[in-house]
Amino acid sequence: MEFKNPEQELEHFHRRLTSAGSFVLFAFALLFARFVWLQVIQHSYYQTRAEDNRISLVPILPNRGLIIDRNGIVLAHNYSAYTLEITPSKAGDLEKTIDGLEQIIEIQPKDRKRFKKLMDESRNFESLPIRTRLSDEEVAKFIARRYRFPGVDVKARLFRQYPYNESASHLLGYIGRITDHDIEAIEKRDLEDNYRGTEHFGKSGLEQKYEFELHGQTGFEQVEVDSSGRAVRVLSRIAPVAGNNLTLTIDAKLQEVAELAFGSRRGALVAIEPATGGILALVSMPGFDPNLFVDGIDSQSWDALNNSLDKPMINRALNGTYPPGSTFKPFMALAALEIGKRTPAQTIYDPGVYNFGGHVFHDDKKGGHGTVNMYKSIVESCDTYYYMLANDLGIDHISSFMRQFGFGATTGVDIEGESKGVLPSQEWKREHFKRADQQRWFAGETISIGIGQGYNAYTPIQLAQATATLANNGVMYRPHIVKFIADTKSGTSIPIEPKPLRTLRLKPDHIEVIKAAMVGVNKEGTGSRAFAGAGYISAGKTGTAQVYSLKGEKYAEGRVKERLRDHALFIAFAPADQPTIALAVLVENGGFGAQAAAPIARQVLDYYLLGKRPNTPAPADDDDSEED
Amino acid sequence: MLRNLWQRLTAPIDPPLMMLASLLLVYALLVLASASPERLGSQMINMCVALLVMRVVAQVPPQKMMHFALPVFIMGVMLLVAVALFGDISKGARRWLNLGFMRIQPSEIMKIAMPLMLAWYFQKHETYLRLREYAMATLILLLPVALIAKQPDLGTAILVMAAGFFVIFFAGLSWKVIVALVVAAVASAPLAWAMLRDYQRSRILTLIDPESDPLGKGFHIIQSTIAIGSGGIIGKGWGQGTQAQLEFIPERHTDFVFAVLSEELGLIGITVLLVLYALLIGRGLMIAANAPTLFTRLLAGSITLIFFTYAFVNMGMVSGILPVVGVPLPFISYGGTSLVTLFLGIGILMSIHKHRMLVQK
Repeated sequence: MEFKNPEQELEHFHRRLTSAGSFVLFAFALLFARFVWLQVIQHSYYQTRAEDNRISLVPILPNRGLIIDRNGIVLAHNYSAYTLEITPSKAGDLEKTIDGLEQIIEIQPKDRKRFKKLMDESRNFESLPIRTRLSDEEVAKFIARRYRFPGVDVKARLFRQYPYNESASHLLGYIGRITDHDIEAIEKRDLEDNYRGTEHFGKSGLEQKYEFELHGQTGFEQVEVDSSGRAVRVLSRIAPVAGNNLTLTIDAKLQEVAELAFGSRRGALVAIEPATGGILALVSMPGFDPNLFVDGIDSQSWDALNNSLDKPMINRALNGTYPPGSTFKPFMALAALEIGKRTPAQTIYDPGVYNFGGHVFHDDKKGGHGTVNMYKSIVESCDTYYYMLANDLGIDHISSFMRQFGFGATTGVDIEGESKGVLPSQEWKREHFKRADQQRWFAGETISIGIGQGYNAYTPIQLAQATATLANNGVMYRPHIVKFIADTKSGTSIPIEPKPLRTLRLKPDHIEVIKAAMVGVNKEGTGSRAFAGAGYISAGKTGTAQVYSLKGEKYAEGRVKERLRDHALFIAFAPADQPTIALAVLVENGGFGAQAAAPIARQVLDYYLLGKRPNTPAPADDDDSEED
Repeated sequence: MLRNLWQRLTAPIDPPLMMLASLLLVYALLVLASASPERLGSQMINMCVALLVMRVVAQVPPQKMMHFALPVFIMGVMLLVAVALFGDISKGARRWLNLGFMRIQPSEIMKIAMPLMLAWYFQKHETYLRLREYAMATLILLLPVALIAKQPDLGTAILVMAAGFFVIFFAGLSWKVIVALVVAAVASAPLAWAMLRDYQRSRILTLIDPESDPLGKGFHIIQSTIAIGSGGIIGKGWGQGTQAQLEFIPERHTDFVFAVLSEELGLIGITVLLVLYALLIGRGLMIAANAPTLFTRLLAGSITLIFFTYAFVNMGMVSGILPVVGVPLPFISYGGTSLVTLFLGIGILMSIHKHRMLVQK
């Protein structure tokens, strides 16, 4: 056994204490180094992280810009309402939640369907409305029981409202919930920040075209939040800037008169101010209620709109393409004068038929119009005159002349998705047909082009633009709907300058001849019944577009099914000497233009020029003896 | 008369230790007033209890403590066994024993019972300390540590282990053996890894890369590191810590109170704390140096280093250099149990210091 020396042992212990003390100091130095690293060297990094933790940017949605007609009537505005919203990811069993809510607040099957549709279209963490427009009482009822419904909340939201419901629906368009497709458009413009929190996006019409003007600038609130994300206090606030208001060239009252004039008939009407190209009315019937789309449309309403035979979602004014029928004749006559194929006084003889290449082309009037000059050809709408003329002009002359008036090309109106239609030409045929034997233009095809049939297919807005250009003596404007944009931020308004697209090189004498003949139409010709007793001088032209080809037979309305009846057309401008309005009317399956379309034009012109407000739809003239 | 009473009351108290401990308590109240003001009252009561315990223990002569060593240790081990058999489970661990009238955590007793026991053991074999005695001491140490680690309570196990190891270290275990043990420990790390529970492993993994799971297991470390780092040199100001006040710091009044202190009082605040700890430990080591017997020397040295271990492990885990194990910041964290244990230790140190002359006589 080893003998231990207490002295030595104590010294040994003291050395151990020294070691321990040194170790403590070393360990503390190590910690201190760590703190210096975190608090001095990495300080700014952690400072930022701490700030990111506590500060959250909450978007404040701007008021969407208003849409106002030329006289100050508000066509689209916003109102604030309470909605009951569910965040599916937080709510657990959705069916149970909705059943539970139904005990407190009325939820219709329609609301459930709409909610399901929204669910399918959205991401799970979004808050989706199950009920909109809650009454104060309903809000109070829910608030008292909120604890029972995790993931369900009442929110105050701004809603778009279109106070005139179906009126001007195609032109205003609508907004709907934002989709991935919309987000792409936003990202393309680098506007993601400005769209944070935005739930709606313009889907059609002006709402779509001017989305980025109407949206406004999203404001932000810098909010201090705790670790559970609850807002503790507001640090700073950048107020939102409301979207720009659109003032339209549209006259809402005129629009309404035009829509009423259609009654239950389908069709389109475009009325333009010839001197500016400003659109006064743009009608497509039937319309739809854009308010349905704002909260997210329920599937039942959506199916009803989509499956309707009347196709209310189609904007016929821009997307319907129709043969212009006889409304093409004034332009054909003008082409003849300009190209020098006819003089106004030059006459032809119309026996009622025109033979070309072994094919017989009938005139609408049995036995023909007899001796016909240019004036008479328009006033009485003689087909044979134009069969001959078309043959004399040839397809190349016709198409290049008509092209100047904008036929077969988009007008550039400020609504998206306009159709081009078809301006027939040799080139068009070559491109359009696949088979070589069909790509060739046959001279016989030119004949029916002359009376606005055949391959001709134009949109009502093209027809209106051409009419306005004629009324304006060849000075052509881009049809447009927005007159000026009121910039909310600067308080200034940015007018949409009516710059002439081009001025057609037309002889004033020639224009006068055509205009005089169109005045004759409404005075003593096919439009005279509709315009009898009008307190102003107007110019017009009736037209009928074949839907169903009756070879050689006399067209008899009653024998053809309603959907296969001809389309009725009418173009007009007034007052004839100083036109302030030019329009094109189309009534689908309306029969003769003089009967169905001209009375609508009459009501519109009466209101615009005289302030007369009819109370009933325009009557359809039932006398079918009229030639067209 | 009154002066006499005061003298009798303060007689066993060591002024330097008392002053340092008091400063730490004041500091604790200052931080708590910001981290969790509603707990100030109950923490003051905890402090009074702890000071009372200290005062009582300071009066007990070390010789008497030696008598307690073996019974207390045996009782502690028995309680630990009881916990393993009948303990209450909370948060996935079996740590508490329900005695019917109160719930106790026997592992806490071991923090003091362990050094007491080992110091007593070495004192008993003072004259012939060989490898056999050290091996025996190690066995005495490992039994309760194993029981505690199995609960599982890694934090307490580490503290008890450390307490015991310090006694063995001060008793003079040769450096060669210590080095050999460290090498063996490192070598057996993979084995230890295999024995760890999933949550313990994930804590260690989280330490290596907290950002791998920022909302889950890494959240505590990330948030406390952000709190410390964003505090900077002078801190955000008392009551101004955004991480603390907006509840980004978890357990901000207990285990993570150091993050609150660091955020609001900055590097300066930390330095003050480190200096107070260093002085306290220095005083403790001085008391150990002057202690008259092997028992008192070993006990004083070991208790002093427990304070250090508490502080180092807590600050290390909160600042992200050690895994998260439930160890409070000594004297600062809210909670009565650890405070009483700590002041029990202070009381023992005071007793050793006051009775150093008496023993020598």
